[in-house]
Amino acid sequence: MDCDKCGKPAKVHLTQLVGGQVKKIALCNECANQNGVTDPTGFALADLLLTPGQAQLIPKPASSGRCCPECGFSLDDLQRVRRFGCGTCYSTFRDEVGQMIRGMHKGAEHVGKVPQGQVFEQQRRERLADLRGRLDIAIHEEQYEIAAYLRDEIRQLETEAATADDGR
Amino acid sequence: MMRFSTLIKHPAEWMTGGTGDNSVVLTSRIRLARNLARHPFPGWAKKNQRREVMETLKPAIENLPCMKDGFSKELEELDSVQKQVLVERHLISREHAARGEGSAAVIERQQSVSIMINEEDHLRMQAIHPGQDLHHAYRAISEIDDHLAASVEYAFDLRLGYLTTCPTNLGTGMRASAMLHLPALVLSDQIGQVLQAVNKIGLAVRGIFGEGSESLGHLFQISNQSTLGESEENILERLDRVISQVAKNERFAREKLVEEDPDMVADKIGRAYGLLRHAWLISSKEALEHVSMLRLGGDLGAFPAGTSRICDELLMDIQPAHLQLHTGRKLTAEERDTIRAEIVRSRLQNLEAPDNRNIQINGDGPDPSPDLGVL
Repeated sequence: MDCDKCGKPAKVHLTQLVGGQVKKIALCNECANQNGVTDPTGFALADLLLTPGQAQLIPKPASSGRCCPECGFSLDDLQRVRRFGCGTCYSTFRDEVGQMIRGMHKGAEHVGKVPQGQVFEQQRRERLADLRGRLDIAIHEEQYEIAAYLRDEIRQLETEAATADDGR
Repeated sequence: MMRFSTLIKHPAEWMTGGTGDNSVVLTSRIRLARNLARHPFPGWAKKNQRREVMETLKPAIENLPCMKDGFSKELEELDSVQKQVLVERHLISREHAARGEGSAAVIERQQSVSIMINEEDHLRMQAIHPGQDLHHAYRAISEIDDHLAASVEYAFDLRLGYLTTCPTNLGTGMRASAMLHLPALVLSDQIGQVLQAVNKIGLAVRGIFGEGSESLGHLFQISNQSTLGESEENILERLDRVISQVAKNERFAREKLVEEDPDMVADKIGRAYGLLRHAWLISSKEALEHVSMLRLGGDLGAFPAGTSRICDELLMDIQPAHLQLHTGRKLTAEERDTIRAEIVRSRLQNLEAPDNRNIQINGDGPDPSPDLGVL
Protein backbone atom coordinates (compact mmCIF):
# COMPACT_ATOMS: atom_id res chain seq x y z
CA MET A 1 0.00 0.00 0.00
CA ASP A 2 1.20 3.50 -0.80
CA CYS A 3 1.23 6.67 1.29
CA ASP A 4 -1.91 8.73 0.74
CA LYS A 5 0.07 11.95 0.75
CA CYS A 6 3.21 11.32 -1.30
CA GLY A 7 2.85 7.83 -2.79
CA LYS A 8 5.91 6.27 -1.13
CA PRO A 9 5.43 2.85 0.53
CA ALA A 10 3.17 3.30 3.56
CA LYS A 11 4.35 2.26 7.02
CA VAL A 12 1.75 3.83 9.27
CA HIS A 13 -1.89 2.82 9.04
CA LEU A 14 -4.46 4.74 10.94
CA THR A 15 -8.11 4.24 11.63
CA GLN A 16 -10.12 6.85 13.46
CA LEU A 17 -13.71 7.78 14.04
CA VAL A 18 -14.31 11.21 12.60
CA GLY A 19 -17.77 12.64 13.01
CA GLY A 20 -19.26 9.18 13.38
CA GLN A 21 -17.54 7.80 10.27
CA VAL A 22 -14.62 5.40 10.12
CA LYS A 23 -11.71 6.99 8.27
CA LYS A 24 -8.63 5.08 7.19
CA ILE A 25 -5.39 6.57 6.08
CA ALA A 26 -1.99 5.16 5.13
CA LEU A 27 1.21 7.15 5.44
CA CYS A 28 4.92 6.70 4.94
CA ASN A 29 7.16 7.33 7.97
CA GLU A 30 8.13 10.78 6.77
CA CYS A 31 4.59 12.06 6.26
CA ALA A 32 3.54 10.46 9.53
CA ASN A 33 6.26 12.33 11.41
CA GLN A 34 5.55 15.58 9.65
CA ASN A 35 1.95 15.43 10.67
CA GLY A 36 2.67 14.47 14.25
CA VAL A 37 0.90 11.14 13.76
CA THR A 38 3.44 9.38 15.93
CA ASP A 39 2.31 11.46 18.86
CA PRO A 40 -1.17 10.20 19.69
CA THR A 41 -1.99 13.07 22.05
CA GLY A 42 -1.50 15.77 19.48
CA PHE A 43 -3.01 14.09 16.47
CA ALA A 44 -6.45 13.89 15.05
CA LEU A 45 -7.24 12.48 11.66
CA ALA A 46 -9.58 15.38 11.12
CA ASP A 47 -6.57 17.71 11.13
CA LEU A 48 -4.89 15.67 8.48
CA LEU A 49 -7.98 15.52 6.34
CA LEU A 50 -8.45 19.22 6.78
CA THR A 51 -4.88 20.45 6.36
CA PRO A 52 -4.76 23.78 4.60
CA GLY A 53 -4.73 23.42 0.88
CA GLN A 54 -5.88 19.83 1.16
CA ALA A 55 -9.43 20.73 1.99
CA GLN A 56 -10.35 21.20 -1.64
CA LEU A 57 -8.90 17.82 -2.53
CA ILE A 58 -11.33 15.89 -0.40
CA PRO A 59 -13.91 14.60 -2.85
CA LYS A 60 -17.22 16.18 -2.08
CA PRO A 61 -20.40 14.24 -2.71
CA ALA A 62 -22.87 16.06 -4.94
CA SER A 63 -24.01 18.79 -2.59
CA SER A 64 -26.86 17.29 -0.65
CA GLY A 65 -26.90 19.86 2.12
CA ARG A 66 -26.96 23.58 2.67
CA CYS A 67 -23.85 25.62 2.03
CA CYS A 68 -22.49 28.67 3.82
CA PRO A 69 -23.00 31.72 1.57
CA GLU A 70 -19.77 33.26 2.85
CA CYS A 71 -17.29 30.41 2.37
CA GLY A 72 -19.08 27.53 0.65
CA PHE A 73 -18.64 25.10 3.55
CA SER A 74 -21.46 22.54 3.36
CA LEU A 75 -23.52 20.70 5.93
CA ASP A 76 -21.78 17.51 4.76
CA ASP A 77 -18.40 19.06 5.51
CA LEU A 78 -19.58 20.03 8.95
CA GLN A 79 -20.87 16.57 9.72
CA ARG A 80 -17.65 15.02 8.48
CA VAL A 81 -15.10 17.15 10.33
CA ARG A 82 -17.16 18.64 13.19
CA ARG A 83 -15.49 21.97 12.57
CA PHE A 84 -16.57 25.15 10.82
CA GLY A 85 -15.43 26.91 7.66
CA CYS A 86 -15.78 30.53 8.78
CA GLY A 87 -17.56 32.76 11.33
CA THR A 88 -20.66 33.03 9.15
CA CYS A 89 -21.05 29.22 9.18
CA TYR A 90 -22.24 29.59 12.77
CA SER A 91 -25.33 31.49 11.54
CA THR A 92 -25.74 29.29 8.46
CA PHE A 93 -25.84 26.14 10.58
CA ARG A 94 -27.37 27.66 13.72
CA ASP A 95 -29.57 24.63 14.50
CA GLU A 96 -26.72 22.16 14.10
CA VAL A 97 -24.51 24.33 16.31
CA GLY A 98 -27.10 24.10 19.08
CA GLN A 99 -27.04 20.31 18.92
CA MET A 100 -23.28 20.05 18.63
CA ILE A 101 -22.49 22.14 21.68
CA ARG A 102 -25.07 20.57 23.94
CA GLY A 103 -23.19 19.28 26.99
CA MET A 104 -19.86 20.48 25.60
CA HIS A 105 -19.64 23.59 27.80
CA LYS A 106 -20.89 25.01 31.08
CA GLY A 107 -23.59 26.94 29.26
CA ALA A 108 -24.94 27.70 25.81
CA GLU A 109 -24.60 31.50 25.88
CA HIS A 110 -21.46 33.57 25.98
CA VAL A 111 -20.58 35.31 29.22
CA GLY A 112 -17.41 37.36 29.39
CA LYS A 113 -15.24 39.54 27.27
CA VAL A 114 -16.59 41.18 24.08
CA PRO A 115 -14.68 43.17 21.46
CA GLN A 116 -16.05 46.52 22.72
CA GLY A 117 -16.31 48.88 19.75
CA GLN A 118 -17.33 46.10 17.44
CA VAL A 119 -20.26 45.01 19.58
CA PHE A 120 -21.65 48.54 19.98
CA GLU A 121 -21.47 48.90 16.22
CA GLN A 122 -23.21 45.57 15.71
CA GLN A 123 -26.00 46.49 18.14
CA ARG A 124 -26.43 49.92 16.56
CA ARG A 125 -26.70 48.40 13.09
CA GLU A 126 -29.34 45.94 14.27
CA ARG A 127 -31.31 48.68 16.05
CA LEU A 128 -31.18 50.95 12.98
CA ALA A 129 -32.44 48.15 10.75
CA ASP A 130 -35.27 47.50 13.18
CA LEU A 131 -36.28 51.19 13.41
CA ARG A 132 -36.21 51.60 9.61
CA GLY A 133 -38.47 48.59 9.24
CA ARG A 134 -40.94 50.02 11.71
CA LEU A 135 -40.78 53.43 10.01
CA ASP A 136 -41.77 51.84 6.68
CA ILE A 137 -44.73 50.14 8.32
CA ALA A 138 -45.80 53.33 10.09
CA ILE A 139 -45.69 55.31 6.83
CA HIS A 140 -47.51 52.56 5.00
CA GLU A 141 -50.22 52.58 7.66
CA GLU A 142 -50.27 56.40 7.63
CA GLN A 143 -49.46 56.65 11.34
CA TYR A 144 -47.53 59.87 10.92
CA GLU A 145 -47.04 60.66 14.60
CA ILE A 146 -45.29 57.37 15.17
CA ALA A 147 -43.34 57.79 11.93
CA ALA A 148 -42.06 61.21 13.04
CA TYR A 149 -40.93 59.77 16.35
CA LEU A 150 -39.14 56.87 14.63
CA ARG A 151 -37.50 59.25 12.16
CA ASP A 152 -36.05 61.29 15.06
CA GLU A 153 -34.75 58.14 16.75
CA ILE A 154 -33.05 57.05 13.55
CA ARG A 155 -31.49 60.47 13.04
CA GLN A 156 -30.12 60.46 16.55
CA LEU A 157 -28.57 56.99 16.15
CA GLU A 158 -27.02 58.03 12.85
CA THR A 159 -25.52 61.17 14.40
CA GLU A 160 -24.08 59.07 17.23
CA ALA A 161 -22.52 56.70 14.75
CA ALA A 162 -20.96 59.59 12.84
CA THR A 163 -19.52 61.13 16.04
CA ALA A 164 -18.16 57.76 17.13
CA ASP A 165 -16.42 57.39 13.77
CA ASP A 166 -14.88 60.84 14.10
CA GLY A 167 -13.63 60.01 17.54
CA ARG A 168 -11.65 56.99 16.31
CA MET B 1 13.56 41.88 13.92
CA MET B 2 15.24 39.34 16.12
CA ARG B 3 17.15 36.33 14.75
CA PHE B 4 16.21 32.79 15.66
CA SER B 5 19.55 32.14 17.36
CA THR B 6 19.19 35.26 19.52
CA LEU B 7 15.66 34.32 20.53
CA ILE B 8 16.70 30.84 21.58
CA LYS B 9 20.04 31.70 23.16
CA HIS B 10 18.57 32.46 26.56
CA PRO B 11 15.93 30.49 28.40
CA ALA B 12 12.72 32.43 29.03
CA GLU B 13 12.15 33.78 32.50
CA TRP B 14 9.12 31.54 32.83
CA MET B 15 11.26 28.47 32.15
CA THR B 16 13.60 29.16 35.01
CA GLY B 17 11.20 30.30 37.66
CA GLY B 18 11.58 34.07 37.63
CA THR B 19 11.81 35.45 41.12
CA GLY B 20 8.84 33.79 42.80
CA ASP B 21 8.18 30.30 44.11
CA ASN B 22 7.88 27.74 41.33
CA SER B 23 8.69 24.59 43.27
CA VAL B 24 5.27 23.02 42.66
CA VAL B 25 3.55 25.24 40.09
CA LEU B 26 6.15 25.87 37.39
CA THR B 27 4.21 28.04 34.96
CA SER B 28 0.83 29.59 34.23
CA ARG B 29 -0.32 29.97 30.66
CA ILE B 30 -3.30 31.61 28.92
CA ARG B 31 -4.18 31.02 25.31
CA LEU B 32 -6.83 32.94 23.38
CA ALA B 33 -8.27 31.79 20.06
CA ARG B 34 -9.49 34.51 17.68
CA ASN B 35 -10.58 34.70 14.04
CA LEU B 36 -11.24 37.45 11.56
CA ALA B 37 -14.81 38.10 10.44
CA ARG B 38 -15.66 37.21 6.83
CA HIS B 39 -12.48 35.21 6.20
CA PRO B 40 -12.54 31.42 5.96
CA PHE B 41 -10.83 29.68 8.88
CA PRO B 42 -7.28 28.38 8.16
CA GLY B 43 -8.33 24.74 7.70
CA TRP B 44 -10.88 25.65 5.04
CA ALA B 45 -9.14 28.63 3.42
CA LYS B 46 -7.29 28.36 0.13
CA LYS B 47 -3.59 29.22 0.04
CA ASN B 48 -4.11 32.77 -1.20
CA GLN B 49 -6.80 33.39 1.43
CA ARG B 50 -4.51 32.19 4.20
CA ARG B 51 -1.74 34.37 2.86
CA GLU B 52 -4.10 37.35 2.80
CA VAL B 53 -5.01 36.84 6.47
CA MET B 54 -1.36 36.48 7.41
CA GLU B 55 -0.46 39.64 5.53
CA THR B 56 -3.16 41.54 7.45
CA LEU B 57 -2.27 40.14 10.86
CA LYS B 58 1.52 39.84 10.82
CA PRO B 59 2.28 43.58 10.52
CA ALA B 60 -0.50 44.43 13.00
CA ILE B 61 1.09 42.08 15.55
CA GLU B 62 4.66 43.16 14.83
CA ASN B 63 3.56 46.73 15.60
CA LEU B 64 2.25 45.87 19.06
CA PRO B 65 4.28 47.67 21.74
CA CYS B 66 5.26 44.37 23.39
CA MET B 67 6.59 42.95 20.12
CA LYS B 68 9.18 45.67 19.66
CA ASP B 69 12.46 44.01 18.62
CA GLY B 70 10.70 40.66 18.79
CA PHE B 71 10.94 37.57 16.62
CA SER B 72 8.69 37.24 13.58
CA LYS B 73 8.87 34.60 10.87
CA GLU B 74 6.73 32.80 8.37
CA LEU B 75 6.90 29.09 9.13
CA GLU B 76 8.19 28.47 5.62
CA GLU B 77 11.31 30.41 6.50
CA LEU B 78 12.17 28.04 9.36
CA ASP B 79 13.72 24.58 8.98
CA SER B 80 12.21 21.56 10.71
CA VAL B 81 14.67 21.59 13.65
CA GLN B 82 13.97 25.26 14.33
CA LYS B 83 10.23 24.62 14.30
CA GLN B 84 10.65 21.66 16.61
CA VAL B 85 12.70 23.75 19.03
CA LEU B 86 9.86 26.27 19.19
CA VAL B 87 7.45 23.40 19.88
CA GLU B 88 9.65 22.06 22.68
CA ARG B 89 9.70 25.53 24.19
CA HIS B 90 5.89 25.70 24.03
CA LEU B 91 6.15 28.80 21.82
CA ILE B 92 4.24 27.22 18.94
CA SER B 93 2.07 24.12 18.90
CA ARG B 94 2.85 20.84 17.22
CA GLU B 95 -0.07 21.44 14.90
CA HIS B 96 1.21 24.86 13.95
CA ALA B 97 4.69 23.47 13.20
CA ALA B 98 3.11 21.03 10.74
CA ARG B 99 1.64 23.90 8.74
CA GLY B 100 3.61 25.61 6.04
CA GLU B 101 2.62 28.31 3.61
CA GLY B 102 0.56 31.13 5.02
CA SER B 103 1.39 30.49 8.68
CA ALA B 104 3.64 32.61 10.87
CA ALA B 105 4.83 33.02 14.44
CA VAL B 106 5.51 36.30 16.23
CA ILE B 107 7.27 35.97 19.58
CA GLU B 108 8.09 38.59 22.18
CA ARG B 109 11.83 38.77 22.91
CA GLN B 110 11.52 37.44 26.47
CA GLN B 111 9.43 34.52 25.07
CA SER B 112 6.59 35.29 27.47
CA VAL B 113 4.13 36.20 24.69
CA SER B 114 3.83 34.28 21.46
CA ILE B 115 1.25 34.63 18.72
CA MET B 116 0.59 31.98 16.10
CA ILE B 117 -0.99 33.10 12.84
CA ASN B 118 -3.05 30.54 10.94
CA GLU B 119 -2.88 27.65 13.34
CA GLU B 120 -6.28 25.97 13.73
CA ASP B 121 -7.64 29.51 14.12
CA HIS B 122 -6.40 32.71 12.50
CA LEU B 123 -4.93 33.73 15.83
CA ARG B 124 -3.71 31.74 18.79
CA MET B 125 -2.16 34.11 21.28
CA GLN B 126 -0.53 33.03 24.50
CA ALA B 127 1.14 34.52 27.54
CA ILE B 128 3.23 32.39 29.92
CA HIS B 129 4.25 33.54 33.38
CA PRO B 130 6.43 31.74 35.94
CA GLY B 131 4.81 30.26 39.05
CA GLN B 132 1.11 30.35 39.87
CA ASP B 133 0.06 33.59 38.20
CA LEU B 134 -2.91 32.99 35.90
CA HIS B 135 -4.45 36.42 36.48
CA HIS B 136 -1.38 38.36 35.41
CA ALA B 137 -0.88 36.14 32.40
CA TYR B 138 -4.52 36.78 31.44
CA ARG B 139 -4.16 40.54 31.84
CA ALA B 140 -1.08 40.52 29.61
CA ILE B 141 -2.74 38.63 26.77
CA SER B 142 -6.09 40.39 27.12
CA GLU B 143 -4.39 43.74 26.64
CA ILE B 144 -2.84 42.50 23.41
CA ASP B 145 -6.25 41.21 22.37
CA ASP B 146 -7.74 44.69 22.92
CA HIS B 147 -5.01 46.30 20.83
CA LEU B 148 -5.69 43.95 17.94
CA ALA B 149 -9.47 44.27 18.21
CA ALA B 150 -9.05 48.00 17.55
CA SER B 151 -7.45 47.35 14.16
CA VAL B 152 -9.14 44.19 12.87
CA GLU B 153 -12.70 42.87 13.03
CA TYR B 154 -13.07 39.60 14.91
CA ALA B 155 -15.59 36.88 14.12
CA PHE B 156 -17.86 37.38 17.12
CA ASP B 157 -21.45 36.53 17.95
CA LEU B 158 -23.33 37.99 20.90
CA ARG B 159 -24.72 34.60 21.83
CA LEU B 160 -21.75 32.32 21.00
CA GLY B 161 -18.90 34.71 21.77
CA TYR B 162 -15.65 34.48 19.81
CA LEU B 163 -16.21 32.14 16.88
CA THR B 164 -13.61 29.39 16.43
CA THR B 165 -12.89 26.59 13.97
CA CYS B 166 -13.70 23.96 16.57
CA PRO B 167 -16.82 24.49 18.70
CA THR B 168 -14.92 23.31 21.79
CA ASN B 169 -13.27 26.77 21.90
CA LEU B 170 -16.39 28.93 21.44
CA GLY B 171 -17.25 31.71 23.88
CA THR B 172 -14.17 33.10 25.58
CA GLY B 173 -11.81 31.18 23.27
CA MET B 174 -9.66 30.89 26.35
CA ARG B 175 -7.62 27.93 27.49
CA ALA B 176 -5.90 28.57 30.82
CA SER B 177 -3.41 26.07 32.16
CA ALA B 178 -0.74 25.53 34.76
CA MET B 179 2.19 23.13 34.75
CA LEU B 180 2.72 21.31 38.05
CA HIS B 181 5.54 19.17 39.41
CA LEU B 182 3.95 16.46 41.55
CA PRO B 183 6.63 13.88 42.45
CA ALA B 184 5.45 13.25 46.02
CA LEU B 185 1.85 12.60 44.96
CA VAL B 186 3.17 10.08 42.42
CA LEU B 187 5.58 8.40 44.88
CA SER B 188 2.88 8.09 47.51
CA ASP B 189 0.34 6.71 45.01
CA GLN B 190 -2.15 9.50 45.58
CA ILE B 191 -1.89 10.99 42.13
CA GLY B 192 -4.74 8.92 40.66
CA GLN B 193 -7.20 10.11 43.26
CA VAL B 194 -6.16 13.74 42.93
CA LEU B 195 -6.34 13.72 39.14
CA GLN B 196 -9.73 12.04 39.24
CA ALA B 197 -11.02 14.76 41.53
CA VAL B 198 -9.69 17.43 39.16
CA ASN B 199 -11.42 15.73 36.25
CA LYS B 200 -14.69 15.60 38.15
CA ILE B 201 -14.74 19.40 38.43
CA GLY B 202 -14.59 19.57 34.65
CA LEU B 203 -10.92 20.38 34.30
CA ALA B 204 -8.50 18.48 32.08
CA VAL B 205 -5.24 16.93 33.28
CA ARG B 206 -2.51 15.59 31.09
CA GLY B 207 1.18 14.78 31.29
CA ILE B 208 3.56 17.29 29.76
CA PHE B 209 5.79 14.56 28.40
CA GLY B 210 4.41 11.10 27.66
CA GLU B 211 0.77 10.14 27.69
CA GLY B 212 -2.11 10.13 30.12
CA SER B 213 -1.33 9.77 33.79
CA GLU B 214 1.95 8.01 32.89
CA SER B 215 3.50 11.43 32.80
CA LEU B 216 7.27 11.65 32.57
CA GLY B 217 9.20 13.83 34.95
CA HIS B 218 6.12 13.93 37.24
CA LEU B 219 4.96 17.00 35.35
CA PHE B 220 1.27 17.57 34.80
CA GLN B 221 -0.82 20.22 33.12
CA ILE B 222 -4.21 21.24 34.46
CA SER B 223 -6.50 23.30 32.21
CA ASN B 224 -10.12 24.36 31.73
CA GLN B 225 -12.21 22.50 29.18
CA SER B 226 -15.35 24.59 29.03
CA THR B 227 -15.06 27.96 27.29
CA LEU B 228 -18.71 28.93 26.82
CA GLY B 229 -21.23 30.06 29.41
CA GLU B 230 -18.72 31.24 31.98
CA SER B 231 -16.70 34.45 32.15
CA GLU B 232 -12.90 34.54 31.95
CA GLU B 233 -12.75 35.64 35.59
CA ASN B 234 -14.88 32.71 36.73
CA ILE B 235 -12.86 30.19 34.78
CA LEU B 236 -9.59 31.56 36.15
CA GLU B 237 -10.95 31.76 39.69
CA ARG B 238 -12.02 28.12 39.67
CA LEU B 239 -8.85 26.86 38.03
CA ASP B 240 -6.73 28.87 40.43
CA ARG B 241 -8.52 27.41 43.45
CA VAL B 242 -8.02 23.86 42.20
CA ILE B 243 -4.36 24.46 41.40
CA SER B 244 -3.77 25.85 44.90
CA GLN B 245 -5.45 22.82 46.36
CA VAL B 246 -3.39 20.35 44.31
CA ALA B 247 -0.20 22.24 45.20
CA LYS B 248 -1.16 22.06 48.87
CA ASN B 249 -1.69 18.32 48.56
CA GLU B 250 1.72 17.93 46.92
CA ARG B 251 3.38 19.94 49.71
CA PHE B 252 1.70 17.84 52.31
CA ALA B 253 2.69 14.61 50.53
CA ARG B 254 6.31 15.82 50.50
CA GLU B 255 6.21 16.43 54.26
CA LYS B 256 4.65 13.04 54.85
CA LEU B 257 7.27 11.24 52.75
CA VAL B 258 10.14 12.92 54.59
CA GLU B 259 8.54 12.20 57.92
CA GLU B 260 7.54 8.60 57.31
CA ASP B 261 10.15 7.29 54.91
CA PRO B 262 13.22 9.53 55.00
CA ASP B 263 15.53 6.74 53.80
CA MET B 264 13.46 6.13 50.71
CA VAL B 265 13.49 9.85 49.87
CA ALA B 266 17.24 10.13 50.46
CA ASP B 267 17.83 7.02 48.36
CA LYS B 268 15.79 8.31 45.40
CA ILE B 269 17.53 11.68 45.44
CA GLY B 270 20.99 10.13 45.92
CA ARG B 271 20.50 7.62 43.10
CA ALA B 272 19.20 10.29 40.75
CA TYR B 273 22.25 12.42 41.52
CA GLY B 274 24.69 9.53 41.02
CA LEU B 275 23.09 8.42 37.82
CA LEU B 276 22.89 11.83 36.20
CA ARG B 277 26.45 12.67 37.22
CA HIS B 278 27.90 9.50 35.74
CA ALA B 279 25.67 8.24 32.97
CA TRP B 280 27.25 8.16 29.51
CA LEU B 281 24.09 7.24 27.60
CA ILE B 282 20.74 8.41 28.80
CA SER B 283 17.31 8.37 27.19
CA SER B 284 14.97 11.28 27.51
CA LYS B 285 12.59 9.24 29.66
CA GLU B 286 15.27 8.21 32.14
CA ALA B 287 16.75 11.70 32.29
CA LEU B 288 13.36 13.31 32.98
CA GLU B 289 12.65 10.87 35.77
CA HIS B 290 15.91 11.61 37.57
CA VAL B 291 15.92 15.35 36.92
CA SER B 292 12.52 15.30 38.63
CA MET B 293 14.06 13.72 41.75
CA LEU B 294 16.90 16.23 41.71
CA ARG B 295 14.34 19.02 41.55
CA LEU B 296 12.50 17.51 44.52
CA GLY B 297 15.81 17.23 46.38
CA GLY B 298 16.45 20.91 45.75
CA ASP B 299 13.07 21.83 47.21
CA LEU B 300 13.64 19.64 50.26
CA GLY B 301 17.01 21.23 51.02
CA ALA B 302 19.36 18.44 49.92
CA PHE B 303 20.92 20.73 47.31
CA PRO B 304 21.78 24.42 47.41
CA ALA B 305 19.35 27.07 46.20
CA GLY B 306 19.45 27.43 42.44
CA THR B 307 19.40 23.69 41.79
CA SER B 308 15.83 23.75 40.57
CA ARG B 309 16.83 26.41 38.04
CA ILE B 310 19.43 24.02 36.62
CA CYS B 311 16.78 21.29 36.50
CA ASP B 312 14.27 23.54 34.70
CA GLU B 313 16.82 24.47 32.06
CA LEU B 314 17.66 20.80 31.59
CA LEU B 315 14.00 19.94 31.02
CA MET B 316 14.18 22.06 27.85
CA ASP B 317 17.73 21.43 26.76
CA ILE B 318 17.68 17.61 26.74
CA GLN B 319 14.81 17.38 24.27
CA PRO B 320 15.59 16.02 20.79
CA ALA B 321 15.40 19.20 18.70
CA HIS B 322 17.31 21.19 21.30
CA LEU B 323 20.08 18.56 21.14
CA GLN B 324 20.19 18.79 17.35
CA LEU B 325 20.32 22.56 17.49
CA HIS B 326 23.11 22.30 20.06
CA THR B 327 25.25 20.06 17.86
CA GLY B 328 24.17 21.64 14.59
CA ARG B 329 23.46 18.38 12.78
CA LYS B 330 20.97 15.55 12.54
CA LEU B 331 21.44 12.93 15.24
CA THR B 332 20.57 9.25 15.53
CA ALA B 333 18.77 8.11 18.69
CA GLU B 334 22.02 6.69 20.12
CA GLU B 335 23.92 9.88 19.40
CA ARG B 336 21.19 11.83 21.13
CA ASP B 337 21.54 9.69 24.25
CA THR B 338 25.29 10.31 24.30
CA ILE B 339 24.99 14.06 23.85
CA ARG B 340 22.13 14.27 26.33
CA ALA B 341 24.28 12.54 28.98
CA GLU B 342 27.17 14.86 28.16
CA ILE B 343 25.02 17.98 28.63
CA VAL B 344 23.56 16.67 31.88
CA ARG B 345 27.01 15.87 33.27
CA SER B 346 28.41 19.25 32.37
CA ARG B 347 25.47 21.14 33.90
CA LEU B 348 25.78 19.19 37.14
CA GLN B 349 29.56 19.15 37.42
CA ASN B 350 29.65 21.72 40.20
CA LEU B 351 26.74 20.30 42.13
CA GLU B 352 27.83 18.72 45.44
CA ALA B 353 26.43 15.34 46.46
CA PRO B 354 23.11 15.67 48.30
CA ASP B 355 23.33 16.44 51.97
CA ASN B 356 20.52 14.33 53.30
CA ARG B 357 20.82 15.74 56.82
CA ASN B 358 19.46 18.95 55.38
CA ILE B 359 16.28 17.35 54.13
CA GLN B 360 13.58 18.89 56.20
CA ILE B 361 9.94 19.40 56.59
CA ASN B 362 9.02 23.02 56.45
CA GLY B 363 5.29 23.14 56.84
CA ASP B 364 2.55 22.24 59.22
CA GLY B 365 -1.19 22.35 59.20
CA PRO B 366 -4.09 19.97 58.82
CA ASP B 367 -4.12 17.13 56.30
CA PRO B 368 -5.62 18.31 53.05
CA SER B 369 -8.19 15.93 51.69
CA PRO B 370 -6.88 13.96 48.68
CA ASP B 371 -10.16 14.44 46.83
CA LEU B 372 -9.66 18.22 47.04
CA GLY B 373 -12.85 18.46 49.06
CA VAL B 374 -15.04 18.34 45.96
CA LEU B 375 -16.51 14.87 46.14
